[in-house]
Amino acid sequence: MSAQLNFEVPTMAEMIAKGKEPEILFWVGCAGSYDERAQKTTRDICKILHHVGLKYAVLGTEESCTGDPAKRAGNEFLFQMQAMTNIEVLNAYNIKKIVTGCPHCFNTIKNEYPGLGGNYEVIHHTQLIQQLINEGKLKAEGGESFKGKKITYHDPCYLGRGNDVYEAPRKALEALDAQLVEMKRCRSNGLCCGAGGAQMFKEPEKGNKDINIERIEEALETQPQVIAASCPFCMTMLRDGVKMKEQEQNVQVLDIAEITARANGL
Amino acid sequence: MVSQILFIVITLAAIALFSYNLKKVIRNIRLGRAANRSDQPQKRMMTMLKVAFGQTKMFFRPIPAFLHLIVYAGFVIINIEVLEIMIDGIFGTHRIFGGLGTLYNILIGSFEFLALGVWLACAIFLIRRNVLKLKRFSGVEMKSWPRSDANYILITEILLMTAFLTMNAADAKLQAMGLGHYTAAGAFPVSQFLQNLLPDTAAGLIAIERGCWWFHIIGIFAFLNYLPYSKHFHIIFAFPNTYFSNLEPKGEFTNMESVTNEVKAMLDPSFTPPEAAPGRFGAKDVNDLTWVNLMNAYTCTECGRCTSVCPANITGKLLSPRKIMMDTRDRMEEVGKNGLEDGKSLIDTYITREEIWACTSCNACTQACPINIDPLSIITELRRYAVMEESQSPASINTMLGNIENNGAPWKYSPSDRFNWAKES
Ligand code: SF4
Ligand code: SF4
Repeated sequence: MSAQLNFEVPTMAEMIAKGKEPEILFWVGCAGSYDERAQKTTRDICKILHHVGLKYAVLGTEESCTGDPAKRAGNEFLFQMQAMTNIEVLNAYNIKKIVTGCPHCFNTIKNEYPGLGGNYEVIHHTQLIQQLINEGKLKAEGGESFKGKKITYHDPCYLGRGNDVYEAPRKALEALDAQLVEMKRCRSNGLCCGAGGAQMFKEPEKGNKDINIERIEEALETQPQVIAASCPFCMTMLRDGVKMKEQEQNVQVLDIAEITARANGL
Repeated sequence: MVSQILFIVITLAAIALFSYNLKKVIRNIRLGRAANRSDQPQKRMMTMLKVAFGQTKMFFRPIPAFLHLIVYAGFVIINIEVLEIMIDGIFGTHRIFGGLGTLYNILIGSFEFLALGVWLACAIFLIRRNVLKLKRFSGVEMKSWPRSDANYILITEILLMTAFLTMNAADAKLQAMGLGHYTAAGAFPVSQFLQNLLPDTAAGLIAIERGCWWFHIIGIFAFLNYLPYSKHFHIIFAFPNTYFSNLEPKGEFTNMESVTNEVKAMLDPSFTPPEAAPGRFGAKDVNDLTWVNLMNAYTCTECGRCTSVCPANITGKLLSPRKIMMDTRDRMEEVGKNGLEDGKSLIDTYITREEIWACTSCNACTQACPINIDPLSIITELRRYAVMEESQSPASINTMLGNIENNGAPWKYSPSDRFNWAKES
């Protein structure tokens, strides 16, 4: 696991106890909380927030699954139970603005919670990073240099097609002076990693190959040094693909937040 | 006089038959549940103008888009010609608009170029389908009828265009002879090259001119009445279909209101839900889908753009979003004829569980569809039925649902460990 955090991550409960209000709530998500690989990204997002001095907080143990996998699997009851419980917590804390580390949480809270009484301004962490770069608060210097490195970016369906966010993650990569190479299927034509729609939690139906293998073959065709992800589920699928192709030595799969944190020496 | 009466009778019969069939289609679409798509009329209008009228989504594949555009323009513009044919047919006149002079010459001249363009485009389309055998046009669902449907239409269009040009050629020759009825009108930049192939006698030419004229108009009526049985219905339905298409972000799934009331009552015992008509959760059959889903099914052109980008289909799984639309249409036609109580249903009889569980809800299909059809929402409704009405989902999905219910996460971790990422190293 990556280096320990050298600062405390503030929770909403603590903030309120101290009579303070954060500018933004960081919604971590289930994968970001429990999945070992995704935890690294979670910590890097915190490092970025801490570094730029944004007043933020997390819900900690008060957070629960947004209900996305339940909804995509067809269990609307369970989804709404989760959603309404979460909305109660968020509204009790008077949350106005949320950043998520997961396109599925992002989509659900942004689009599906308003219908159930949860209205927040929701952004994805790549959008926050883009904003911070634009404001000059993140400079991509002082850390690992990605200059000239070949990076290809995989669009997560729920960020790209689902919500038309295509440019923010690319802007974050362009700031690195890296060589961004696009896959044949990218942006609105991007190919799914195979995890969405609750597929992450089940065996795929039988076919000729797994979706993540098809995707990784396409990614490897660009001969990248880094495959950039911006979703914890894509991360798992892409890493599994790279492993299956025995390319771990040559290709890294990194989240945009990790890349940004590294480039800034965080 | 006889031919005028005959023409009027045929015209009325064709229109009556078409209205009868259209009514049946509308009745079938009304099998669906309510859905509110009357918001944001301006944005809807813009969407329709861009997507249906301007065909913007076709241009992701420029070559077929260009050919399709010619056929489409031909269809729209040659309708002016049809108007003239109708008036001539009813009143026994000849080229009634001929009085427009130069303007008329320009019109007829450009129709001829268009007709040639349509002819060539259809020929290329035929080759693409039957000789080049594009993968997109095959697939389990593309057997028998759906397979021949496009060919019938393409051949009909070629025949219609041939008749149109031949008619003009014969007419021009007759005009040159100065025969009374055939007053000189129109310019014939394309059909002039056909003139040498035609006989020189007035009787022969008149026979050909009349023959083609009748063939042309009867062909158009036949085409009109073929539409309701064909994927070519999209030439009409593409317009309402894009107008009523989903304007929300693609990632957003609808919140089921019936569920909201029950959940509210569970979380807050003091909440009394409003009286709601008991309905089914999700969709077992076509009457559980919305009218938008059903209209989508009538609009589908079976072009397979959705299926060709579907990650499940690409990797050899059973799912094909095009098949979802075609199954919905077939089932709807069946229910329209025989009613719902025939022991069949959309799920299982038509669409298998394996298909619906293969979907990653990635929205590639909805993005690719040139006329904003949404196969994903049908898949979602079928899943909702399987899960909420029948509790029939893959075992691992049940585990995941159980974990969310008990631990607030799809995996079996304790909620109290949720914040450990910040503390451990
Ligand atoms: S949303 Fe489902 S049906 Fe549509 S392309 Fe993706 S996997 Fe296929
Ligand atoms: S749903 Fe759309 S993309 Fe798919 S076959 Fe029908 S018209 Fe083509």
